[in-house]
Amino acid sequence: MRFLAAGILGIITIALIYALDTKLGPLPPAGALLSPSHGLWKNAEPADKDFSLDLKSAKLKDEVSVYLDERLVPHIFAQNDHDAYFAQGYLHARFRLWQMEFQTHAASGRLCEIIGEKSGDVSVLEKRDRYFRRLGMVYAAERSVENMKKYPQQLEAIDAYTAGVNLYISQMNPADFPIEYKMLDYAPEPWTPLKTALFLKYMSYDLSHDFDDFEYTNLKNHLGMDLFEKVFPIMADSLDPISPRGTVYQTSLSAAIAPASVDSLYLNRGGDTTIDGFAFKVEKRSTDIGSNNWVVGGAKTASGRPILCNDPHLSLNLPSLWFETQIHTPEYNTYGVGFPGAPAIIIGFNDSIAWGVTNAMRDVMDFYEVRFKDSTMNEYLYNGAWVKTEWRTEIIRIKNKADYVDKIPMTIWGPVMYDATYASDLKDNKAYAVRWTAHDAGLEMNAFMQLNRADNYNDYLQAIRNFQCPGQNFVFASKSNEIAWWQQASFPAKWRRQGDFVMPGWDSSYAWQTQIPNDDNIHMVNPERGFVSSANQLPADTTYPFYLGGEHDLYRGIIINRYLRQMSGITPADMQKMQTDNYNVMAETARPLLLKYIQRGRLDVKGKELLVKFESWDLRADIHSAGQTIFTEWYKELGKMVWLDDITRADSLPVGFPQAATLLEALLKDTAFVFLDDKHTSDKETIEDMITLSFEQTVRNLDGKQLGWAAFKATGVRHLLGGSLAAFSRLQLPIGGGSNIINAATGNWGPSWRVIVHMTDETEAYGIYPGGQNGNPGSKYYDQFVDKWTNGEYNKLWIIKNEAEAGGKAKWKIHFKPTA
Amino acid sequence: MIKFFATLLLVGLLGWLAYLFADLTPWWAFAVGAFIAGLAIPQKAFAAFFAAFLAVFLLWTFLTWQIDEANNGLLSGKMATILPLGGSSWALIMVSAAIGGITAGLAAATGTLLRKKV
Repeated sequence: MRFLAAGILGIITIALIYALDTKLGPLPPAGALLSPSHGLWKNAEPADKDFSLDLKSAKLKDEVSVYLDERLVPHIFAQNDHDAYFAQGYLHARFRLWQMEFQTHAASGRLCEIIGEKSGDVSVLEKRDRYFRRLGMVYAAERSVENMKKYPQQLEAIDAYTAGVNLYISQMNPADFPIEYKMLDYAPEPWTPLKTALFLKYMSYDLSHDFDDFEYTNLKNHLGMDLFEKVFPIMADSLDPISPRGTVYQTSLSAAIAPASVDSLYLNRGGDTTIDGFAFKVEKRSTDIGSNNWVVGGAKTASGRPILCNDPHLSLNLPSLWFETQIHTPEYNTYGVGFPGAPAIIIGFNDSIAWGVTNAMRDVMDFYEVRFKDSTMNEYLYNGAWVKTEWRTEIIRIKNKADYVDKIPMTIWGPVMYDATYASDLKDNKAYAVRWTAHDAGLEMNAFMQLNRADNYNDYLQAIRNFQCPGQNFVFASKSNEIAWWQQASFPAKWRRQGDFVMPGWDSSYAWQTQIPNDDNIHMVNPERGFVSSANQLPADTTYPFYLGGEHDLYRGIIINRYLRQMSGITPADMQKMQTDNYNVMAETARPLLLKYIQRGRLDVKGKELLVKFESWDLRADIHSAGQTIFTEWYKELGKMVWLDDITRADSLPVGFPQAATLLEALLKDTAFVFLDDKHTSDKETIEDMITLSFEQTVRNLDGKQLGWAAFKATGVRHLLGGSLAAFSRLQLPIGGGSNIINAATGNWGPSWRVIVHMTDETEAYGIYPGGQNGNPGSKYYDQFVDKWTNGEYNKLWIIKNEAEAGGKAKWKIHFKPTA
Repeated sequence: MIKFFATLLLVGLLGWLAYLFADLTPWWAFAVGAFIAGLAIPQKAFAAFFAAFLAVFLLWTFLTWQIDEANNGLLSGKMATILPLGGSSWALIMVSAAIGGITAGLAAATGTLLRKKV
């Protein structure tokens, strides 16, 4: 009896321990998570934690000293590049391991391994893993790693970085795992060069994926090409391009010529709709992704030396995308932010030069319809002949389930992303291959490694020419008073509208003809006006001989150039004020029009009150601004009322939505704009009707709501795992700004790193990002900079000149020694 | 009563050793300690359960409280929001300690019951 009781109790005990050790549905393994020796308590970092450490590795060539300052910024002092990248790898893993691995898992279509086939109702397999695999992310990363082998310097760097990451991982016990591993119940695996390549491809994806081809095709076939041109015009009249209007472009390559069949087959002007009907909801790149950068030359500054400013607007996440670091070797001394997951400084400066980047927004991802001979997909039509398909097999491991084997047809264009086997959203059973410059084995890492050590303009130019995807605006400043901007990438030389719509994959004349030679890329060096700037607007007007493609910003460029033209005697403090400026130049343009045509007599009391608020608004999107909230809501309603009745297809195929600026630009030159009339009514609506009706709708929408702008737009910095982890996020931040404003803080997007570099003899630099150096939510350094960032304040960057200086002021030291 | 306290002390001591040697042991090592204490000290299963429960409950309360103090309640507050325990650090400490205590109690009781047969 007693034995039986013992047996039963023993089984209960073991069952309990097993249950507490197992992830049950979405619940983490409770025992393991709550244990003081292994669980979350191990991640609760003491506030006075000592980060000093002595380490040894056989992979090191020499000693490395890393000084950590009171913000946990590492200052790496190494004797050579190899050791510097080793230390950088170690530090990224020490403070950011989980995010590095999670992001590369996502990029390589491996989330099912961690999360399982589904997350709630969403199929992780279809929407994430198959999506990224079929887009060719792993294929692209593998090609990059293969290509790296031809460049010994890059290969050595990536191997050193990998070894540094793995030193940290190899010294970990499960108790040391970042808390996200414990909550999701998995373990880190060794780092590889492929993972770094995957991370960089993920950035390429983030900045250059462009699936608009499908929606544009649907819309063009619905409206016809002539009306389409009004909904998605190539260039806005108000455009202030990066390279000013009037620039004469003398390119060595002449303009690309469109194929003879383009009017009938592609633009359907002859009524032939060969390619039609994609019931596909595209993965749309956020319109809030973007960036500002500018450089003012010495003639415009108080010191007589250039000042470089940059603020890339990316998804605002915790842990942050960026990690601040200084790298000092006998050859160079560079400081800035890098990506946990990759070696080198990405945005930064050294003792001679500074550089910054914004996204070029050009279309470097196109889709081709592929005609297979039969359902085996073993042959496809190309120039009148059947070409054999090559196959790529991707094995997707799924938690608690059998593997999913995805067979991807590879064509002359690239991987066939959509076909009958991957048709979760695609209902036409056609096949579409993707042509994307990220597949072309770029050397993006090389560009940054060379920038880190660049001494002058020529070094900078040589460095950035390694950069192939995504298109970036590289601005440059030197202590010898040179300033420059180049829009750099491997850009296809396109004919007008090439790649805006899905192209016929059976006709080689629709292929990208050639790459634009680097020398023909748009640029400015030491311009007369004394500054260069870019804010994701078109780099040039239509006199540039090549078609640019993509959706571009308009208003940030206008306001930045207006300020910079007016300013003189500029100081870093002026630049801080400008980077955090909330003036809304789009509203400045729109308000006179809205006020001119609104029919005040039709408004009720509430409407009149709201209109007074809008009229007296100072056009600034400050925290408490009601005017900005009213404008945002009003303009949104107006857009919906004007466009939706015309662009919506009866078969409800997705058609996208026009860019915000398009309607305003159209109404400014034509108050009888063809889309104004509401097709659903028998009356003929005028501009007065639409503006008044949309305002009345706005009044209803805002009734009873808090009108303060910051509360309304709700900027937040969210944990990478998203909504369910609000406690690991910082939500409802009191910050102004928004879309079309220099301080581009929207709900989820915003200035991910604001930096100002003054090129005085002793470099003066300021920077801030909405996060903190330590990715551990249990560390006080996790979100250390968020409040300062929200308030528009900066950290002064401590650029250590030598180890003697470091020894005195640094808080902690990590010392690496080679094993004898 | 002596046996009760002996069990309490032994389970506490072994649990503390398991905590110190966390790098070498799984998180449930303290339960093995409780089981051994149950085997070693003859007493009623109920008494063993409560002694071991109390030992680990108190030990874990102390350890987690100490960690939480040094951390200024930063992580426990966040985790107590996610789990969800209303954001209360103390609730998280109590839940942690209770889970440890119950596991230890069951293990110790099992040990006691097995003892006569061994």
